Amino acid sequence: MDRPNPLFRNLNSKLASLPMMLIVLGVFVGGTLWTVLFSFTNIKILPLFTPKQWIDGFVGFANYKRLFNSDRWMSCPAITKIGQEGWQLKCTGAMPNMITYAILAIIISISLGFLLAVMMDQKIRLEGMFRTIYLYPFALSFIVTGHVWAWIMSPEYGLQHAIRELGWTSFSFGWIADRQMVMYAIVIAGIWQGTGFVMALMLAGLRGIDEDIWKAARVDGIPAWRTYIQIVLPMMKPVMVTTFVLVASGAVRIYDLVVALTDGGPGISSDVPSRYIYQNFSANLGQSLSASTVMLVSMALVLIPWMRMEFGKKSQA
Amino acid sequence: MKAFTMAAVLAATVALPSVGMATDLEVTHWWTSGGEAAAVAEFAKAFDATGNHWVDGAIAGSGDVARPIIISRIMGGNPMGATQLNPGKDADDLIAAGLMQDITDLATAEDWAHILRPASQLESCTKDGKVYCVPVNLHSAQWMWTNRKVFTDLGMEPPKDINELIADAPALEKAGIQPLSLAQGWPVGLMVNDILVAQAGVDNFVKVYKDRDLTIAGGPEFAKIFETLASIRQYTPADKMVPQWNEAVGLVIQGKAAANIMGDWAGGEFQVAKMVAGTDYDCLPGLGVTPVLNTGGDVFYFPKSADPAITKAQLELAHTLVTKEVQVAFNLKKGSLPMRADVDLSAANDCMKKGLEILDHSSAVFPNDIQMIDRDSLNQINDLFTEFMANPDMAAADAQAKFVAIIEAAPK
Repeated sequence: MDRPNPLFRNLNSKLASLPMMLIVLGVFVGGTLWTVLFSFTNIKILPLFTPKQWIDGFVGFANYKRLFNSDRWMSCPAITKIGQEGWQLKCTGAMPNMITYAILAIIISISLGFLLAVMMDQKIRLEGMFRTIYLYPFALSFIVTGHVWAWIMSPEYGLQHAIRELGWTSFSFGWIADRQMVMYAIVIAGIWQGTGFVMALMLAGLRGIDEDIWKAARVDGIPAWRTYIQIVLPMMKPVMVTTFVLVASGAVRIYDLVVALTDGGPGISSDVPSRYIYQNFSANLGQSLSASTVMLVSMALVLIPWMRMEFGKKSQA
Repeated sequence: MKAFTMAAVLAATVALPSVGMATDLEVTHWWTSGGEAAAVAEFAKAFDATGNHWVDGAIAGSGDVARPIIISRIMGGNPMGATQLNPGKDADDLIAAGLMQDITDLATAEDWAHILRPASQLESCTKDGKVYCVPVNLHSAQWMWTNRKVFTDLGMEPPKDINELIADAPALEKAGIQPLSLAQGWPVGLMVNDILVAQAGVDNFVKVYKDRDLTIAGGPEFAKIFETLASIRQYTPADKMVPQWNEAVGLVIQGKAAANIMGDWAGGEFQVAKMVAGTDYDCLPGLGVTPVLNTGGDVFYFPKSADPAITKAQLELAHTLVTKEVQVAFNLKKGSLPMRADVDLSAANDCMKKGLEILDHSSAVFPNDIQMIDRDSLNQINDLFTEFMANPDMAAADAQAKFVAIIEAAPK
């Protein structure tokens, strides 16, 4: 058996992709490694590169210690007991804020997007128009979305003011000035912006379902809602996974929306990790790098089990 | 063809400056508001008159936006000809890395040490006996602005300091007037800092920030400051805050708020509203408690260039910035105080004259916080005060303990 060396198979395409591979290795892998390595040094505003600088500046976990001691990053005051029912752990800070945002944004925008897509799928009239209306917010930048909602939710000028002028004086919707509600205000704006996009993805998934499946389900007398939940939804798994990854990664790196909507306020009650990383960038790179590493590790903790599930299966098959 | 064009452009950019006629010098700064842009135009006009060409590189947004861009450009080997930067520890690392042009010779030749005041400003430009930047103006942040009409209408005497204002606050609030207006973001830090200096006094402030005296930081004088802040925060809840500093000043001008704490640049807003200092509004340096001003101001740095023509133009610019005529023209438009004592300022208004008088007694002038402590610690202090002012559940004692911890951990 004289099989050609697999290394030289499709040589041209391998050569062509070589520069891209090098860039990926250099920029992504190299940059990530640098971030992790130098998060253990006393790096301040000038970047360090050489191994000697690394050894000279090595401070162990000092950056991480400060990060987790910082109220801005995460603060979980002692677990408080609420009545007879049980215990409550209320954490504040950038990391818990981001997790709150991510969970709510993922659940709400995916379920709402799916429902909208199902609605669109009912062969309604003027579908094109509705699709455009729902998708339109996605064409705006987060900065615009943020400013618009900042006006709507501003207690001085916004909806609250308008409705109180009409006579309902106890009406309250000044969420961006309310420490307890401000993260939900950001969630509302995020969902308003992102749901249309989820709907478009889901609608594409729904349209990809073979018409015969619907016919078969109808012949068997299965009601439409059960067909959606028990047949169509499982068939849409690839679309679901794509949507999840897109929405989740958008939620984790949330920055511009927060900056435009609340700029982390009131106080620092709506701070998020990206904002923390950016604001430390020009004063204390060590904090930025360690915060980035924490984000990287927490993302990896979520993604690695999923990747093993997805890709591990395929290699066995 | 394309490669040829690129080569030609490349050659042109390299060859042109060495011709030596007019040198283009890119100057970056973050002065973009109306008055600021008009002031910068005075610099550009004066520099163009020397036969060189000022290429304006304004970066929109505040110093917080521009500073990282400027620093990363200098570090990335793509320096501008000259740049605005606040004096202090920000630039120290860049100087240590040998990226900044040394202008000591010019400074000695023109005797800056004697013509520029206060001395602390040139000192902050000096590192190991060498001068690296040119101070162009003095800004002070320690001002309280009050609308006299608001008080006289209610039959009250306009307050002469922050303590009187706090005493008047309940009555003002009853009359539907916000005792103190406040804008979100950095104005919170500015107000806190002003109260800190006014109540602690310059000596204690310097002892804590510069000498890291923890007994004072944790002691009764500072405890009183945190108590004052706690009593102020009930009048400035998050839903009463406005987005921009000029809107907060606007509330005072309109009489919807009684007072605002803001730097001398707020004076421009009152002038635009055609109000007269002393009759329509009061400006109280040092919040009326301790008449002091900090010596913060703007300076220009000159990143090192390999091209001798650029270096020559940089020195010419440095010289131009401190000439008498340019100092007057610039500072009148900027609303700041000139660096030189020997200039004619007959056009200055009352507030500016008050400022100049304090400036002449240099013991009342104290260094800016960034000149005493690193930016990283300042950011942490700012975060702490931002949170303290917005969170009514945060006790004054807790905030003070956290403040002491930050001061303790700050690198010397």
